[in-house]
Amino acid sequence: MATAQPVIELTGITKRFGGTVALDDVHLAVHAGSVHALVGENGAGKSTLGKIASGIYTPDTGRIAVDGQPVGRWDTVRAQRRGIVMIAQELSLVPDLTVAQNVFLGIEQSTFGLLRRDHGRRFAALDEMAGFGLDPEARVGDLRIADQQKVEILRALAREAKVIVMDEPTSSLTAHETRRLHEVIRLLTTQGRAVVYVSHFLDSVLEVSDTVTVMRDGRRIRTAPAADQTKSSLVEAMLGRELAVSFPALPPAPHPGTEPLLKVEALASDRGVKRASFEVRPGEIVGLLGLVGSGRTEIARALIGADRVTAGRVTLAGRALGRTTPRHSRDAGLVLVPEDRHGQGLVLQRSVTENMTLASLGRFSRLGVIDRRAVSRQVDELVRRLELRPARPELPVQSFSGGNQQKALIAKWLVGDPKLVILDEPTRGVDVGAKLAIYELIADLAARGIGVLLISSEHEEVLGLAHRAHLVSRGEVLDEVDPRHLAVEDVLRRLFDVADTAPAGDAGKAKEPSP
Amino acid sequence: MTATETAPEAGAGAAAPGHAPIGPRVIAFARDYAALILLAAIFVTLSVISSSFLSFTNVMNILNQNAPLAIIAVAGTFVIVSGAFDLSTAAMYAVASVVAASIATSTGSTWPALLAAPALGLVMGALNGLAVTRLNVHSFLATLASSLVYKAVAVLVTGGSLITVTTSGFSDLGRGQVAGIFYSVLILLAVFALAWLLLNGTVFGRHVFAVGGNADAAHLSGVRVDRVKVIVFALSGLAAGIAAAIGVSRLASGQPQAGSGLDLQAIAAIILGGTSIYGGVGAVWRSLVGVYLIALIGNGFDILNVNPQMKDLVTGVIILAAVALAAADRRRR
Repeated sequence: MATAQPVIELTGITKRFGGTVALDDVHLAVHAGSVHALVGENGAGKSTLGKIASGIYTPDTGRIAVDGQPVGRWDTVRAQRRGIVMIAQELSLVPDLTVAQNVFLGIEQSTFGLLRRDHGRRFAALDEMAGFGLDPEARVGDLRIADQQKVEILRALAREAKVIVMDEPTSSLTAHETRRLHEVIRLLTTQGRAVVYVSHFLDSVLEVSDTVTVMRDGRRIRTAPAADQTKSSLVEAMLGRELAVSFPALPPAPHPGTEPLLKVEALASDRGVKRASFEVRPGEIVGLLGLVGSGRTEIARALIGADRVTAGRVTLAGRALGRTTPRHSRDAGLVLVPEDRHGQGLVLQRSVTENMTLASLGRFSRLGVIDRRAVSRQVDELVRRLELRPARPELPVQSFSGGNQQKALIAKWLVGDPKLVILDEPTRGVDVGAKLAIYELIADLAARGIGVLLISSEHEEVLGLAHRAHLVSRGEVLDEVDPRHLAVEDVLRRLFDVADTAPAGDAGKAKEPSP
Repeated sequence: MTATETAPEAGAGAAAPGHAPIGPRVIAFARDYAALILLAAIFVTLSVISSSFLSFTNVMNILNQNAPLAIIAVAGTFVIVSGAFDLSTAAMYAVASVVAASIATSTGSTWPALLAAPALGLVMGALNGLAVTRLNVHSFLATLASSLVYKAVAVLVTGGSLITVTTSGFSDLGRGQVAGIFYSVLILLAVFALAWLLLNGTVFGRHVFAVGGNADAAHLSGVRVDRVKVIVFALSGLAAGIAAAIGVSRLASGQPQAGSGLDLQAIAAIILGGTSIYGGVGAVWRSLVGVYLIALIGNGFDILNVNPQMKDLVTGVIILAAVALAAADRRRR
């Protein structure tokens, strides 16, 4: 399958950001018609390598050759002309333009600068090839993340890319959508294109890739055929030690007779929650299992009052919350750690300390003056508990890796001593080591008597951490299930059965149920 | 595929076209076309309550008087949609005016003088664009600084005094008519038509929307973001120069204070029309609506003989209300 001449070859690549060495003398050769996976912990340098290949970053030293020809100046425009396109993890689309306008952005066909009117046909051809069924006239800002990612893939296809670099392409996709994506990737390779697949999901990597390069601390550890690898051999190479992906011991479940901390009865919202009823007891971890777009996140948003509640009752510690706002909910002890840490959770330019205490400055100030010593006491304790790396909360959030940013975000909501914490995708885009720290934190919260509502696309996580779980589909909370006696496959089978009996069909399709 | 043409602006309010029930659709329409509806309402009201308003002469006068501002606002739409500000249009107008006036007085010929204004505007605008892109200065600061420089240049050219132009034919451009229509209005229509085509029908226009909507995404898509920005500022300068040519010809004199206030008036009109101050969303026609909405409010005060000191107050409140309406829409998302 691999031809002798790599379609793109990077040799001796070194890249520094300030004082840290992101890449140290790295070599990467990608062959046409194959999938080359890059794996490693966050901060191992795999995304940086992908960004150098696609011209987003310039290496400090090293050579890049496309089809055996050394390239001169290398930037995104030149890379795209040579057929190297990147799909970044933080999707970069123009929200106010339509799907088709985004797909053809930068490569619009024109006659003397005037736009040609054949984009509709070109789009239809591309979309049919990928099998996404996206509406070309939809405004991209109105689409869910999973659909926006499809737009990015179409954009790469529209550029006739020879090499497509995908950074964490499946992190926001359901299992079904991931399978679809893998089919598309295989289709791309049969057309002679190469895919560089950067991912934390080792199952996905092993399923789809031909070659795997493992990276650690900016160095290439090894490159080998995927067929020779197993999940544990990859983890071992990534970490430099053996580590089972395991869950911490859970605190014992509260007695079934315990008065519930949070009681949700027939909740409905204007953003598509139709009927949600469940309870969380103090010290209990309750999971919501659902596909992307099932209304999991919307239930959380309705609970804290971020979306408008149209029906139902929410009771927290015996008190009805009524029509609430996020601020009011927080004061009552109910907090949501949101899914999108850049858009909703963190002020990236400011320090970790500032971010951690932003939501609860009232606790650290008298007459509006901030008590710095009280702040640093609290922050130091959280930094220790969450194992923030590097343990320097005075640095701006953007200088930390994704996993450590996530820790800072969770810490922010723990400062105010909440009674109940809702965690939406707490480990999205986070490496194995940081995941374990977050799991331990969740167990620790429950052990301290805090109620936890856990939402995650990684169903293993919910099954491994929750005392109880509910299935969620189309804005409704369905049966309670026992996580200890359920495998991920069972969850998926049940969720898809439910989804398939609904009239509009398959939940993996592009269109979301309209509210 | 007409949707391509209108999509960026239609996206502002119509999230689910054709599916929403009728009530919300009416509200969405009203929100989207608030400035236009208001313009029509004021026009009809003035026509009914004043006998002197609805005459060809009066309407033509209003169009004519505001043509320079409208030309600046039409080009300014590109700047705002691209996510930037141009605070130097008034200063560029002043420089172009006094240079045109002094060329006319020193050479005695009209057309080289009047053509110098747009040419000079183009150069000054391009310099703004280079300051923003090469020096990496925020457009607000870059154009604030350049406006000081340009104003000083205008004073230096004139020595601080008025340059009166007596060259024959110099005032034709600003005062002349064909079939009762002022040349300035015809120029405005031409500028407007070209700008509309440029923003909605060309690759460049699409890139302006993309740069304003998400500059990083545009860059990663291979859009030459810096080039788009430079062109956008050059267009704004060119428009200021065209407006200055009309203005200096009309007054037959050049003075360094000419055009003062035009910069902020143009931005206010653009935003009032419904173009997003955050970039990425907007339309050229909206800026025209904004300009003439403000103009009609002023004309109404004159016709009705209301205390003219109330004019600015009412205009300010209307602009605030329009921007608040747009902000409320954004919060809903």
